Amino acid sequence: MALLKEPDLGTPAKPGPATVSVEVDGHPVTVPEGTSVMRAAALSGIDIPKLCATDSLDAFGSCRLCLVEIAGRPSTPASCTTPVTDGMRVRIQTPRLEKLRQGVMELYISDHPLDCLTCSANGDCELQDMSGVVGLRQVRYGYEGENHLDLDKDTSNPYFDFDPSKCIACSRCVRACGEVQGTFALTIEGRGFESKVSAGAGELFLDSECVSCGACVQACPTATLQEKSVVDLGMPNRTVLTTCAYCGVGCSFKAELRGDELVRMVPYKDGGANEGHSCVKGRFAFGYATHPERVTTPMVRDSIDDEWREVDWDTAISHVARRFRELQDTYGQGAIGGITSSRCTNEEVYVVQKMVRAAFGNNNVDTCARVCHSPTGYGLKQTFGTSAGTQDFRSVAQADVIVVIGANPTDAHPVFASRMKRRLREGAKLIVADPRRIDLVRSAHIEASHHLQLTPGTNVAVVNAMAHVVVTEGLTDESFVADRCEDFDAWSEFIAREENSPEAIEAITGVPAAELRDAARLYATGGNAAIYYGLGVTEHSQGSTMVMGMANLAMATGNIGREGVGVNPLRGQNNVQGSCDMGSFPHELSGYRHVSDDAVREVFETLWQRPIVAEPGLRIPNMFDSALDGSFRGLFVQGEDIAQSDPNTSHVTEALRALDLLVVQDLFLNETAKFAHVFLPGTSFLEKDGTFTNAERRINRVRPVMPPKTGKHEWEVPGEIARAMGYEMSYKHPREIMAEIASVTPTFAGVSFEKLDKLGSVQWPCNDAAPEGTPTMHVDAFVRGKGKFVPTPFVATTERSSRKFPLLLTTGRILSQYNVGAQTRRTANVTWHPEDVLELHPHDAEERGIGDGDEVTLASRVGRTRLRALLSDRMPVGVVYTTFHHPDTGANVVTTENSDWATNCPEYKVTAVQVGKGVTR
Amino acid sequence: MTTMSPVMRMAHDISAQFRHLSLGEAADVIADHMRKFWDPRMRAQLVADVEQAGIHCDSHVAAAARLLRSGGG
Repeated sequence: MALLKEPDLGTPAKPGPATVSVEVDGHPVTVPEGTSVMRAAALSGIDIPKLCATDSLDAFGSCRLCLVEIAGRPSTPASCTTPVTDGMRVRIQTPRLEKLRQGVMELYISDHPLDCLTCSANGDCELQDMSGVVGLRQVRYGYEGENHLDLDKDTSNPYFDFDPSKCIACSRCVRACGEVQGTFALTIEGRGFESKVSAGAGELFLDSECVSCGACVQACPTATLQEKSVVDLGMPNRTVLTTCAYCGVGCSFKAELRGDELVRMVPYKDGGANEGHSCVKGRFAFGYATHPERVTTPMVRDSIDDEWREVDWDTAISHVARRFRELQDTYGQGAIGGITSSRCTNEEVYVVQKMVRAAFGNNNVDTCARVCHSPTGYGLKQTFGTSAGTQDFRSVAQADVIVVIGANPTDAHPVFASRMKRRLREGAKLIVADPRRIDLVRSAHIEASHHLQLTPGTNVAVVNAMAHVVVTEGLTDESFVADRCEDFDAWSEFIAREENSPEAIEAITGVPAAELRDAARLYATGGNAAIYYGLGVTEHSQGSTMVMGMANLAMATGNIGREGVGVNPLRGQNNVQGSCDMGSFPHELSGYRHVSDDAVREVFETLWQRPIVAEPGLRIPNMFDSALDGSFRGLFVQGEDIAQSDPNTSHVTEALRALDLLVVQDLFLNETAKFAHVFLPGTSFLEKDGTFTNAERRINRVRPVMPPKTGKHEWEVPGEIARAMGYEMSYKHPREIMAEIASVTPTFAGVSFEKLDKLGSVQWPCNDAAPEGTPTMHVDAFVRGKGKFVPTPFVATTERSSRKFPLLLTTGRILSQYNVGAQTRRTANVTWHPEDVLELHPHDAEERGIGDGDEVTLASRVGRTRLRALLSDRMPVGVVYTTFHHPDTGANVVTTENSDWATNCPEYKVTAVQVGKGVTR
Repeated sequence: MTTMSPVMRMAHDISAQFRHLSLGEAADVIADHMRKFWDPRMRAQLVADVEQAGIHCDSHVAAAARLLRSGGG
């Protein structure tokens, strides 16, 4: 499409029905109460000139360009800050107003460089537009006087420039940083003529607290804050609407191109997940797609010690198919399998699991959700009936109490965190359960009511104690429990036991009993209470138990089934939800239906014309174990770097070495590819055509911005392998794959590319009962009928600290990098995080003679690595933390094979370690 | 460091979650979990490992393995 310029109605929408009728230059319009005159005028089809107003920000009333006349009032109020009243008659265009606006504009222009023809914002500058709109014809004040035209440009940020000489001090950037992003890094420094935008205390943008979300750049009406790519490449001239491929928030973006060259990614206001906001990754870190290290040609080799040989696609495909068949002929049908990727589209994932089930003839398919949210799948299915977050993201705006457990949204899910912070600034209460003092605990205008700083590995004890308080202090929502749930009595008897009281578990968890009791009371009585959680819940030996524990707590207090409440996994990757939905787990077909269900299998067998094995297949860790015992010989890995991301690296690489055939499909020769025999080049999200499903079950379209650099769509490859193995499987377009998904998956029955193109997105279930999707789940009944209370005894992990390994390591990610870093390390995001570091408390550092920035050895029972130390009092004594974004440090060299009892999700969050100064062998 | 086989280690992890149930109830739940989530070769391996461990095997794991064996894995 041509360049999409979204309408800007000037001020935000107000909720409620349209009840207030006004007349704007004779045009009648009816709007909700509280709507500004400016917005009402825009809705009637008349745009009022403006500079400081934009509909993503609250009205500010500083530019004085939007003045109007209102019948019966002598003055000329600013239309952005004036709410409509019933019967109001507004005049926009009068000689008096035109003169006033021209005078205002003349002052602006008198201190603005008149380099429009060569300015990078030429054609996309509101100051330029408004000069035309108000009919400015002269500037009577010359440049001889004092002005701001010689101020220095700040080019420190790798993605955008700040040119104060072009600033009109409208404060849109400052307000965007506060209202939209919630960081408050920007301010207006000085008064009057000295007023200027400043990042922090007069710092460079790069040195300030700016998180490079891009909200200020987007809000800027001039070229003051401008993407470097626009400066370098020029203004874009066409738009492709698509979806970000980083975290599970799944932001909608306008990919703006100049010809065939991608110039910038701009968050889309109509995107259901992000509503016009973005983070540094989605907004700016897309350069990896064209990075010179991209491999775009298939390659094969006989041994992992050989050099790669480039081959054509046909040769690669036939080689893969022949070798897989040979392995099955020699070692049995179950000797091979595949792993799907949560970075690929639903359609690409679906065809991989179909290849495994129909062409390989087994259920040895798993997905990288195994190592992140598989406990969510188990826990929510047991209690609620399906593996899905209960709310949409908008729901947080209705929450009165927000509980964040084992998640760090400001780093890992920043766009959702901004929504959450907005609600917290409005007065919602916050409870954080995390060993670390994450930023949410105390940041600009936010302070948690309770920070439950628990010892790693004791989540279940904490959630049980909260439930204990609810049950024993009479805070249960009895009518909800009676009407909507089952097995309450047995659970209630269990949870009321003294062993689950806050006092009994205080010594284990480190959380003061009184604080925990207060937090539980707040959750139960503070109004709508919503739980948001991340991998700090799931990546434990009791990850599944903890998910069920949170579900129990929500049901006991009636915090399920309406806006503002719920139990919500913050999914790590862009399509974790989708890859799980698509039948990537070895025990489930699409829509979370067990392979042992004859009726479900029959649906697939009829369509696919192949028998489906009724037994579960191997999960990823089981594949490694089976590779080592010799029963598993060949593996297809779609877009996942298991050698870097999975725990106990030496165990993983030993297993990969044991394989006779490892096929890796990826963008780059990653760590896993070092052990591969065939490399099939994959496509970036900018080349994909399909859908992603985000953490709120929202199915979004991913549209190609450029043709595949590999010469082949990724969704075509599994079909070609299957055909070469003797199973006919072909599609002409990914929309046909989605049509097949819809035909076999009841929760997707109403989904089609056509519907998505029409509605923008839908949240599953989407079917005849909910043709436009389901924002909130379990409203009248749970998916399984009654919500099920499940007893959740606390069982301590077997991974314990000791004299030799006295510290506990927990791992996570940071804002600028993403997972194994394959994408973000190949962008300018390395500016902020060039290496993984080890955070530790100054006390633990001092005991070991470690100073800030020292190189240290991190050792566990399974391995050792080296990192640089970062002293931080946000760590509790006895706990250290690092990220896993860089292969050089390889944090997973030290993590163990301990895993969640139900799902084998690795226990990344608890590893007993020792830290020593210097590098030791 | 544990010297248990992977399936034996996993079986212990599962059985540890159900100590609050009677042995019989726990064995049913554990065996059912393994049937739902474990590849048949893993279940067969567990049965073999339990037989080899004999009287030294954890009672819950052993009871679950007996159910797997009698129920055809």
